[in-house]
Amino acid sequence: MNFTIIIALIASAFRLATPLIFASLGGTFSERSGVVNIALEGIMLMGAFFSVLITYLYGSAWLGVGGAILVGIVTSLLLAFMAIHLLANQVVVGVAINVLAASITAYFLEMVWKRSGQTTSLPKELSLTGNPQSLAFLEKIPILGDLFSRFTPFVYLAFVAVGVSYYVLFKTPFGLRVRAVGEHPRAADTLGINVYKTRYICVMISGALAGLAGATLSLGTISLFREGMSVGKGFIALAAMIFGKWHPVGAMFACLFFGFTEALQIQAQTIGIKLAPEFLQMLPYVATIFALAGVVGKATGPASSGIPYEKGEK
Amino acid sequence: MKGEKLIKKIWNSMKFPLIAIVLGFLVGAIFIIASDNSPIVAYQALFQGSLSSFSSFGETLYKTTPILFTGLAIAVAFRTGLFNIGAEGQYIVGAISAVAAGWYFQGLPHLPLIIAIVISGALAGALWASIAGFLKAKIGVHEVITTIMLNYTALHLSNYIAKAVLNPQVLEGTEKKAHTVSLTDAGKLTKLNEIIPQFEYSSAHTGIFIALAMVFVIYILLFKTSIGYELRSVGKNPDAAEYGGINKTKNIIISMAISGSLAGMAGAVQVAGLLYKVSQTPNMPGYGFDGIAVALVGQNHPIGIIFSALLFGILSNGSRKMQIAGIPKEIIGIIQGVIIVFVAADQMSKILEKRKKAKIKPKEGDEK
Repeated sequence: MNFTIIIALIASAFRLATPLIFASLGGTFSERSGVVNIALEGIMLMGAFFSVLITYLYGSAWLGVGGAILVGIVTSLLLAFMAIHLLANQVVVGVAINVLAASITAYFLEMVWKRSGQTTSLPKELSLTGNPQSLAFLEKIPILGDLFSRFTPFVYLAFVAVGVSYYVLFKTPFGLRVRAVGEHPRAADTLGINVYKTRYICVMISGALAGLAGATLSLGTISLFREGMSVGKGFIALAAMIFGKWHPVGAMFACLFFGFTEALQIQAQTIGIKLAPEFLQMLPYVATIFALAGVVGKATGPASSGIPYEKGEK
Repeated sequence: MKGEKLIKKIWNSMKFPLIAIVLGFLVGAIFIIASDNSPIVAYQALFQGSLSSFSSFGETLYKTTPILFTGLAIAVAFRTGLFNIGAEGQYIVGAISAVAAGWYFQGLPHLPLIIAIVISGALAGALWASIAGFLKAKIGVHEVITTIMLNYTALHLSNYIAKAVLNPQVLEGTEKKAHTVSLTDAGKLTKLNEIIPQFEYSSAHTGIFIALAMVFVIYILLFKTSIGYELRSVGKNPDAAEYGGINKTKNIIISMAISGSLAGMAGAVQVAGLLYKVSQTPNMPGYGFDGIAVALVGQNHPIGIIFSALLFGILSNGSRKMQIAGIPKEIIGIIQGVIIVFVAADQMSKILEKRKKAKIKPKEGDEK
């Protein structure tokens, strides 16, 4: 195995981990506040489609990214409203959003592009798949320069998001409130924390991040949208969140690990790995089951995750 | 008086699913209008295309078969307070085991072979679901997460088996294919058009009768046996059930196993009824997720599930006919999604009713 292949492998691992990092941070916010977000998958798909649509219509990729975030928030509001106000089963709503997202994106794809399957490719000047111009100096760094040249703006953003998420959740009063609400909403309520508001904000943050994850998949990878392109990535992100023990930094490492296995699987032939790719594909899920079973450290989620909170109950 | 009560009870349980269905079609109509089409034309195509002839109804029956199984599967788990999102994965392992059984027992005559295939699918599904059941019962790991993880594990495992174990290249020494070996003729379920010629070109097969038989079995099991009583007690109030001497751990494992066996059967019957083999695929088959909607709309009741499975069968069969009429097929997915959203909201309406009652009769010692 030569040096170029190693660099390519690492760069590919980072790029593949990026959408997972955004989505798993989203999942972390939502679950830390007590709302299970199975809809990450669907919200990602929405973000992926609408970022391409907006870029296509308005000719600005960053506007597309903004649009993805906005669409993510709007989609997550359905989950928030149903789960928080209507006390609906959060998993059922999540499933519904995933079904809706797959159909709505395919519907608009057909309406706008008059075709099904995938959109046309965006013009090259609107692509976000390369290292940003402003960070071109990084490419001059010896050895690592090669690595940076293969990054996308999203890769840097993801790491910024990890830092910010960690800071917000663990170093600010808001973060403390979020964690209190997720662990023991009644106690938090008694202390004057607005449980509903906190959960709303967290689900919206979760939607924004999942939308951004979607933009990473489309704008940041192949500059087009393909039907159902999230293919289970939302669920891998969920796995990463659990594997990382509901902690932003833990989730990041889990995503990098999962990204690396995906990169290995894609490049298995060039590297000469004999293991069947299916086993590499299985790895994130099996690892998560083991983590949950307590084989590799015990993964325990926020105590009140998934339980609707009703004021004045009991 | 008793009959009146029963009608009222049925109406109460049907009210919200019906509202959800109507709202689903209304939202669907908005999207149809937005695509410059007429909802009347679209829905006419949908229902005519799936009900108007023996042949089209047969196609609807074929689409109904797997989701009748998965709907039942999910309902059994729901009744015990478990959310089996893993019917998808249990379907997959059921399907691949059916192929394995078909190959291994290929010397057997038709009926015993079919029984072997269906049972092996059911066993595989039950085992797969039991992983989640066991983790939930013994360690308290939430079944939603484990079953999601098991879904994707099943998908990749099945792809591997289709490629490297049950591939024609391995078993028959022919060239490599993207799918497993096929079932022999003895392992195939009879097509309905062989019994009733009017079914003509439809893919309907006798699997629908196996599914209906399971509806009956599950109905008896849930409502007429002590096993069912225990399962439902754990679902209604696990703590009270435990005080009453019902073993919660045991019932969680049993419930998941029964649920998994039904989903596994769905896969086996789908293979024996039409597919005859399992192909390598990056995508989930989707019957497990459809089953969630079927179970919810059917109010987790076996009889209700017959009707809701038929409805979703009509939707999925009619979507092709709608597409031929020039209407985007995604409308169906939108209708389904909206129905699930509103059915989820029905739990809210129960809570609202409870609140209304609580306001009328304020209980003492409300505060703990």
